[in-house]
Amino acid sequence: MATTSIERSATLRRPSSKTGLVGWLTTVDHKKIGILYGMTAFAFFIVGGIEALLIRMQLAGPNGDVLTAEVYNQLFTMHGVTMIFLVIMPMTAAFMNYVMPIQIGARDMAFPRLNAMSYWLFLLGGLFLNSSFLFGQAPSGGWFGYAPNSLFAYNPGPGMDFYAVGLQILGIASLASAVNFIVTILNLRAPGMTLLRMPVFSWMTFVTAFLLLFALPVLAVGLFELTADRILGTNFFDVGKGADPILWQHLFWVFGHPEVYIMILPSFGIVSEVLPVFSRKPLFGYAAVVFAGAAIAFIGFGVWAHHMFAAGLGPIANTGFALSSMVIAVPTGIKIFNWVATMWGGRIRLTAPMLFAIGLVAQFTIGGLSGVTHAIAPHDYQQTDTYYIVAHFHYVLFGGGMFGIFAGLYYWWPKIFGRMLNETLGKLNFWTMFVGFNLAFFPMHMSGLWGMPRRTYIFPPGMGWDLMNLLSTIGAFTIAFAVLVFIVNAVRSHRVGEEATGDPWDGRTLEWSVESPTPEHNFHETPIVHSRDDWWNTKYEEDTQGRPVRVPAGAADDGEQLDVGARERGIHLPDPSYWPLVVAIGITVIGYGIVFLRPQGPASNQWSAGGILFIVLGVVTLLSGYFGWVLEPLEEPGGDDH
Amino acid sequence: MWVFLASEAMFFGSLITTYMLYKDRTANGPGPTDIFDIPFTSVSSFVLLMSSLTMVLAHDGAVKRDEGRMRLWLLATAMLGTVFIGGQVFEFTSFVSEGMTITTSPFSSSFYLLTSFHGIHVTVGILFLLGLYTLSRLGRLPMEDDIRVDMIALYWHFVDIVWIVIFTFVYLIPVG
Repeated sequence: MATTSIERSATLRRPSSKTGLVGWLTTVDHKKIGILYGMTAFAFFIVGGIEALLIRMQLAGPNGDVLTAEVYNQLFTMHGVTMIFLVIMPMTAAFMNYVMPIQIGARDMAFPRLNAMSYWLFLLGGLFLNSSFLFGQAPSGGWFGYAPNSLFAYNPGPGMDFYAVGLQILGIASLASAVNFIVTILNLRAPGMTLLRMPVFSWMTFVTAFLLLFALPVLAVGLFELTADRILGTNFFDVGKGADPILWQHLFWVFGHPEVYIMILPSFGIVSEVLPVFSRKPLFGYAAVVFAGAAIAFIGFGVWAHHMFAAGLGPIANTGFALSSMVIAVPTGIKIFNWVATMWGGRIRLTAPMLFAIGLVAQFTIGGLSGVTHAIAPHDYQQTDTYYIVAHFHYVLFGGGMFGIFAGLYYWWPKIFGRMLNETLGKLNFWTMFVGFNLAFFPMHMSGLWGMPRRTYIFPPGMGWDLMNLLSTIGAFTIAFAVLVFIVNAVRSHRVGEEATGDPWDGRTLEWSVESPTPEHNFHETPIVHSRDDWWNTKYEEDTQGRPVRVPAGAADDGEQLDVGARERGIHLPDPSYWPLVVAIGITVIGYGIVFLRPQGPASNQWSAGGILFIVLGVVTLLSGYFGWVLEPLEEPGGDDH
Repeated sequence: MWVFLASEAMFFGSLITTYMLYKDRTANGPGPTDIFDIPFTSVSSFVLLMSSLTMVLAHDGAVKRDEGRMRLWLLATAMLGTVFIGGQVFEFTSFVSEGMTITTSPFSSSFYLLTSFHGIHVTVGILFLLGLYTLSRLGRLPMEDDIRVDMIALYWHFVDIVWIVIFTFVYLIPVG
């Protein structure tokens, strides 16, 4: 690649190394950032998984004595927070970063440095949250941190401060990404790539970004109020001063329910890519699938109070929210039927990605149906805070979200790393995970309906729950084995994996039209898009019966090229930069300052000098990062900015 | 920028909702009718509104490629913003001396959080304006590329509009 740069001042030179540690620390390449997201999220996946295994060891039988109540509370809270904010969201962000720009025919994201900042904030925010273990107390108020229960008076120690500030840091990262994804999709599509020719995964990225954009600020306000209550002694949640005890629940779930779709829609997108490729048929009802995704997102903002039926909102509110919650099952059902119809009559190849995709369709349907049962308010009274709920959300988030992510890992792995994963190990991975998953979570439906409450660190014998819990524990360890198989497969592929061609699956979308791994500038020539599934249509024509017939090599009409000779001229790519990392460090240091500002609680008059020092240091780092960022020479006038 | 502002609208929306919920919960401390000085706040609101006018003039200068005029009005906008912030600091100080701190009641907590977040947005806006001014002075703001001026102008108007909403909901509705 050529950087035909204009003159640079010596003091503000941008780093130019593309390899080695500096290359990774300063990269603004969406593909490298995607890989970083994926690897980091996988590391957190292992951390969250170990937390889950500890929980299941404790609950393997009655009167478990592996963990104390306090440690148990910290583990289930951190398991939830980790899996939601540090695994599923960033894993999908990894695919969005890597795949989406290539799918729409772009060379990078709209704001490459902002993209790098999002990644660094995610990494540092995740480490920040987990570092709470080192400071003696991890968050222990559940992933939804209900106030007033999470106030200092009821939950002293730094745990919930780490929770509130940590989620705030991760929120900034996601918000910046959301803006970036939306602007990229609106502005950087290749010529001819109309919105309704866009691959479904890119569509779901777009929809998810809007969900993030509107849901996160509400969480941010809730977290600011919680932090202010815990540090400054304000009265947002102090019921003694007349505050409303369910304000937090409203603010949290106005964010929290869209968050559910933020986690699942990208996986729906992945499945909508995988199923057509391995059925050798176009996606059935493309427009219906896209609009159903948008409808889910839109209705998703009107259902939050179904998390609060038992909070006593009154019959009118409960009825309204029960109805809206049932309505949301309609677009979800549309998607499921379209996927089934895509496979119907197709020439199905049961490869690993396909198996995971079918696994999602089946398991998400079970989770969706149990979801409809809690939309019925009286039914929900019976299920609230039992293991039935735990079964439900693991079916949608693990059986749906994680299975979709694994489908994506197996599907895009050759494109990202240039080597195939082993199919036999992949199938072993799928079947062990499928069996382990159902063994772990299906019995929870039963134990829940038989009355076992969630978040209890111990249960007495003789309640009829022993067998179900033992099965769940065995299932959890089976899942752990499946994850080990995946790791073995990944390492093996790195060492001796078969080299992948550009298009190993006979794919349909643009990312399969370039070599594997993707070249740094993505496309040698900007592609011109003529239809949906454009890459497929350059390879196949339909015969009179509508069956695909391969076009002879070289006969495809690729006479049109937008920028002939782009390779010779050199392609402009954004230069690497240190400043996103500096900004992210500044924000994280401020976070530590806030957490340690008031170690004795808001009632005391003690302010910690260390906390103030950290805030000052953080602000200085942040401001210098900001000014470095703005004043950094761009490679051409009118290039990217903020 | 439009996309980001949509997100900001949700942010202030949530803060205002909290305030509306809590405006009567004063825990025996001072309430809105006891403490607000409507004429004073009206004047500072007027100042902020005028800054939108100067921002338009600055933007017009940028569009017409008249860098000197743009700089002049940028400075004027920043100055009006600073006057507004000064007014807010004065207002907070007088409220505290009348016995309403951020910890007094749910009303006071939500009032201070909402208005100070708005204040922070104005402050950030002033920094943006001064940044533009500096870039322009250094000759680093090419006039044919005024997307930055566009974005910052948009941001500034947004912060102004939010203040109109806050002024109505926070100051006028509880008192009127």
